[in-house]
Amino acid sequence: MKEIVVISGKGGTGKTSVTVSLAFVSSEKTVLADCDVDASDLPLILKPETVSQEDFYSSELAVIDYGKCTDCGKCFGICKFNAIEKKDGKYYINSLNCEGCGYCSHVCPSEAISMVKQKDGVLRVSDTRLGKRLFHAELGPGAENSGKLVAKVKNTAKKYARENGSDYVLVDGSPGIGCPVISSLSGADLVILVTETTLSGFHDLKRVVELVKKFRIRMGCVINKADINSEVCADIKEFIGSEGIELMSEINYTEDFPGAISSGLSPAEYSPELKREFESVWNKTMKLTGDK
Amino acid sequence: MKIAIASGKGGTGKTFVATNLASYISEHESTSLTDLDVEEPNSALFIKGDRIFSEEKFKVIPEWDRSDCTLCGKCQDVCNFHAVLKVKNGIMVFPELCHSCYACSELCPYSSLPMKPVRIGTLNHYRKGKLDFIEAKLDIGEEQAVPLISQAGDYVNYHLKNNISVCDCPPGTACPAIESVKDADLVLLVAEPTAYGFHDFTLMVKAMTGLKKKIAVIINKSGIGNDDTLIFCEKNSIPVIAKIPHYRKLAVCYSKGELVYDRFGFMNSEMEKIYSYIKESAE
Repeated sequence: MKEIVVISGKGGTGKTSVTVSLAFVSSEKTVLADCDVDASDLPLILKPETVSQEDFYSSELAVIDYGKCTDCGKCFGICKFNAIEKKDGKYYINSLNCEGCGYCSHVCPSEAISMVKQKDGVLRVSDTRLGKRLFHAELGPGAENSGKLVAKVKNTAKKYARENGSDYVLVDGSPGIGCPVISSLSGADLVILVTETTLSGFHDLKRVVELVKKFRIRMGCVINKADINSEVCADIKEFIGSEGIELMSEINYTEDFPGAISSGLSPAEYSPELKREFESVWNKTMKLTGDK
Repeated sequence: MKIAIASGKGGTGKTFVATNLASYISEHESTSLTDLDVEEPNSALFIKGDRIFSEEKFKVIPEWDRSDCTLCGKCQDVCNFHAVLKVKNGIMVFPELCHSCYACSELCPYSSLPMKPVRIGTLNHYRKGKLDFIEAKLDIGEEQAVPLISQAGDYVNYHLKNNISVCDCPPGTACPAIESVKDADLVLLVAEPTAYGFHDFTLMVKAMTGLKKKIAVIINKSGIGNDDTLIFCEKNSIPVIAKIPHYRKLAVCYSKGELVYDRFGFMNSEMEKIYSYIKESAE
C-alpha cells in the first residue's frame, strides 16, 4: 500500500482540484483522505454519505471551581499565556488564550482548577459518488491540535486501506509548512507538489521542498496555471530539475477548473482533455511509487 | 486601528489585497503592514523597502541538566503535551511538542530543567515612505506558527502603535489564523466566489462570529463562480465593501510581484472604498 500526499505550500494553487481529479482517474480501490482539516473541500466534489463518525477530543481547557477557589492568585502568577484574568479580586480563565498546559491546575493549593477535554472536531468515514471511501474531518473553528487530527484521519484511512487490500491512499494536504503539513507527510511514499507560475507560488514551493527533503520522501510536481508567467514557469522547471523532482504535468490556466467546481465535478470529469492529462499524472504516480 | 486581512481558503487574494491596501493607505498616513502568514510569507515579494531592523526569534524549551536530577518523574507527570519523557537513565525533551508553558521547569524540585531559547524564525522590518513593513518567517521544519505570530504582533504593538495596522493572515481557521486576528478591530475577509471559496468563507464567518469580531467582505475574482457569497452576506447583514474583478492582467501583475493599486483606475477606486470604510469604522 502506497501513500501519496498532495501539498502546495501556497494556498489556492489548485491542490484540491488536482486531488479530486486524481481521485477520479485513480485505481479502483484507492482510499481518499482529506487532511486539510480546517478547510476541508474534497467533500464538495465527492458528495460523501457518512458511514460512521466519531468526535475528536484532544485539547484541554482550564476550568475554575469557584466553590473551592480562595482567590489566592497563584494561577495568575504562573500562566505564560495571559489566560488567567483578574477582575475585582476574582480570577477568570480566558478560554481563547488558554493553551491547555495544565500548569495552573498543578499549582492551585485548593485543587480548584480542573482540565476539561475539549471537542476539537469530528472525524468522518464516508462513501463517495466515485465508489471510493473518503476519510475526512472538520476541525472546530479555532481549535488546537489540527496536526493530531490530521494524523488521526490519515491513520484511520491507512488502516482501512490495509484491511481492504487497497493499493493507494491519496491524501489532500493543507497549505503552509507547519504542524498539519508535517503531520500529513509522516510515512508518505510520494509527495505531489502543486504549484502555480507566480513569484509567490514559486517562493512557497521552494520552502515546502526544503521541508519534504527533511523527510526524504520522493517528489513530483504539477505546474498549474503554467501560462500566467512564462519566466517564472521556466524558473520553476529549472528548480525542480536541479532538485531531482519529476515534472508530472504542466496545465495552462483554464476556465474548466472553476467551471468544473461550479458544476460539482472534478476537472478530470468536466473536460476530456484534462481527463487524459490526469490519467497521465496517475500513471506517473504509479511509476514513482514503484508499482508499475 | 488594526485591520486583519483573512480568508479561510488559501489563494483567495489576501496578500494581493493586504499589500495593495497598505501601500494605498500609506500615501495618506503612516501605515504598517505585517505578514503574519509566517509559514509562507509572500508580502515581501511586493514591498521593496529599506531594511531598518532584523532579528532572530526564539521560543524557550526545557533542557535537561543531569547534575541534581533524581529522575523523580515530576516533569513527565506535569507535561500535558508529552514533550518530556523520563527514560531509564535520563530525561528526554521533544522540542516540537513543547508549548513553552514552563510547568516542568518551574515545578521540578531540583531545578533540573532550565529553559533555553531555540530559534524558530526571523523578523525583518522594512521602511518605504510612510509604510513600515514587518515580515516574520518561520524556520523550515518548525511546527508551531503561533509563538512567532504572537511575537510579530508584540513587535508591531510596541514599535508601531500609532500607525494604522494592516495584517496579512495565514489561511485556514485553526490556531495560526485565530492568533493572527486576535487583536484586530476589524477583520476584512477576502472571499473568492467559487464553491471551495464559499465553503471556507462560511467557516471563517462562523469562527469570527464566535470571536465577536467586526467583519466586512472584499470579493476578489468577482465574476468567477456564482452569487452564493453575496446572497449569504446579504442574508447575514455582512457588509460587502469592495469587489475586485476576475481579470487576467491582475493575475499577471501578481505573478511578477507587482503592485496594482496605482496602475488600474478600478483598483484605485476599490482601495478608496476600503479605506473609507476603515475610517468610518474607526470613528
